[in-house]
Amino acid sequence: MNQAIEAVMDEPAMPQAGTETVIRARGLVKRFKTTRALDGADFEVRTGRIVGLIGPNGAGKTTALKAILGLTDFEGELSVLGMDPRRQRPELMRQVCFIADVATLPRWIRVDEAIDFVAGVHPRFDRAKCERFLERTKINGQQRVRELSKGMIVQLHLAIVMAIDARLLVLDEPTLGLDILYRKQFYQSLLEDYFDENKTILITTHQVEEVEHILTDLLFIRDGKIVLSTTMEEMGARFVEVLVNPDKVGAARTLKPIDERGAVFGKSIFLYDGADPEQLAQLGEVKRPSVSDLFVATMKGTYA
Amino acid sequence: MNAILKSPFAWLVRREYWESRRGFLWAQVWAAGAILAISILGIIAAEVARVRFGDQVQFSSGGLSEALRNGFEHNTPGLVQALDGTLLSFASIGAIVLTFVVFFYLLGALYDDRRDRSVLFWKSLPVSDTATVISKIVAALLVAPLIAVAVVLAGYIGAQIIASLWFLAHGLNPFTLLWVHAEPFSLWLHLLAMVPVNAVWALPTVGWLLVWSAAVRSKPFLWAAVIPIVAGVLNFWIGLLGLPHISYRFFWGDLVGRALLSVIPAGWIAPNAEYLNSRGVNFVHGDQLAAIDFSAMAHAFTLPEMWVGAAAGIALIAAAIWFRRWRDET
Repeated sequence: MNQAIEAVMDEPAMPQAGTETVIRARGLVKRFKTTRALDGADFEVRTGRIVGLIGPNGAGKTTALKAILGLTDFEGELSVLGMDPRRQRPELMRQVCFIADVATLPRWIRVDEAIDFVAGVHPRFDRAKCERFLERTKINGQQRVRELSKGMIVQLHLAIVMAIDARLLVLDEPTLGLDILYRKQFYQSLLEDYFDENKTILITTHQVEEVEHILTDLLFIRDGKIVLSTTMEEMGARFVEVLVNPDKVGAARTLKPIDERGAVFGKSIFLYDGADPEQLAQLGEVKRPSVSDLFVATMKGTYA
Repeated sequence: MNAILKSPFAWLVRREYWESRRGFLWAQVWAAGAILAISILGIIAAEVARVRFGDQVQFSSGGLSEALRNGFEHNTPGLVQALDGTLLSFASIGAIVLTFVVFFYLLGALYDDRRDRSVLFWKSLPVSDTATVISKIVAALLVAPLIAVAVVLAGYIGAQIIASLWFLAHGLNPFTLLWVHAEPFSLWLHLLAMVPVNAVWALPTVGWLLVWSAAVRSKPFLWAAVIPIVAGVLNFWIGLLGLPHISYRFFWGDLVGRALLSVIPAGWIAPNAEYLNSRGVNFVHGDQLAAIDFSAMAHAFTLPEMWVGAAAGIALIAAAIWFRRWRDET
């Protein structure tokens, strides 16, 4: 009885872009025998955002996603669309889709069967939409998944997922091992045909450069903790990269850079977090750091 | 009915059928087809023998036609027994195939998709793990046996048609000789009615195999089969030492046997034997079919073996559902 009331109270209202919290995690801990894959991770993800969860191997990315999807047990507080993934996984999956990586569609199934099945079990699946997406590809309904190329399998999976009217889409290394054409097309389709202000996308990937231009938010994870949580706008305002001539290197170092690396012609590149922009401008050419440079600077020493 | 067929659960069961069509349907069709092929070869051999050696070699003065007429027209009980026997030969082959197919289907049911990681796709859909596991049980205990029983009927009718053509070739009327006898069809109805009895009887094996299928990282067959054997050897050794041990009969028959072999159709006949004896059923002299008549089936549900086994099976199935929900190594 109490649970029922709670469920009703937790029922989220119609989402409004940027205001509603889709995922709220407090103190997530996941212990394995000798290690902690998650070690007190806190983060929030809001509606209408495309969030990159980025971290080195073993940082806890996949474990965090599994916790969100109700695939693994954990300690701590986690609410996804107002639900507890541990207790309400089937209900949650009506609103959440995920692509766990390229090769999870069952190899024995026919394309038509896969579509029939999803249409049969998923109340929010739009079959006509899925078929429209597939018309643009070379996939034919009688083929079995094992007869498709890796790129085509992803196209099929994406067509299925994009035809589901879900509020949260979780992508775990969705383009791993694909050639560049499929990778570009993958993110292009997501942006053009799927994403809108009522939807939220959470992506983990190693290919940071590839998703950089579509992300609106960044979560850096390291050793099971969130070490940076920022929107892309905030990141641009907060982090600055300066190309410094050799004669000004000493001055640059006094401004407490978070990273320093060599560049051509004896110049150095300094990365600052929240330094005074006017002061920085005097040191040399100022620019916005790329996500991958920021990532490398933040994660320094991880493998040391 | 339509609403049931369109329900998500029906799609789960259909999915199981799609994946295991080869075992559930085609293995049965090939088995029945093999019997039909062998009968055709037999008929051809008989005909060739007739032409090569003349009628006198094998048959009385009237030749083959006369032999058939004498054999069948004037010996109705023998003919009915032969027809029942034909049906039973299809049923026995079908049961053997079904046993192997269902056994290995269950061992792989919660394991194969973990091995190839497609479990991540299935789990991305709004389907509870309980519904998933139950759909696999329904596929193993109802869908596969019903297909097998249907193929048995098709095989039997196929055999009747072949025999009819042979009879016609010899100027005999297949309708009055063969098709008037309804007994084999009544026997077939018994096979159909046995499906739910077999299903309840099979639960301990279903649970045992599903638990290993859901729980282990690799080689579910080894776990499911080796654990009972190692335990049995230990139990035997403890017995050798003269220490208190589980009775060997109980261990191998009631524990290991039920855990591994209850998917064999009509396995409940053995514990039902006492009841059949009390009815005066004589197995040696043609009463075999009494073992699967309706009252025998009804009595099987009064056996403690049936219900204790079912309870153990359901507990194991609950464990399998738990493993399916929380096992996480992909």
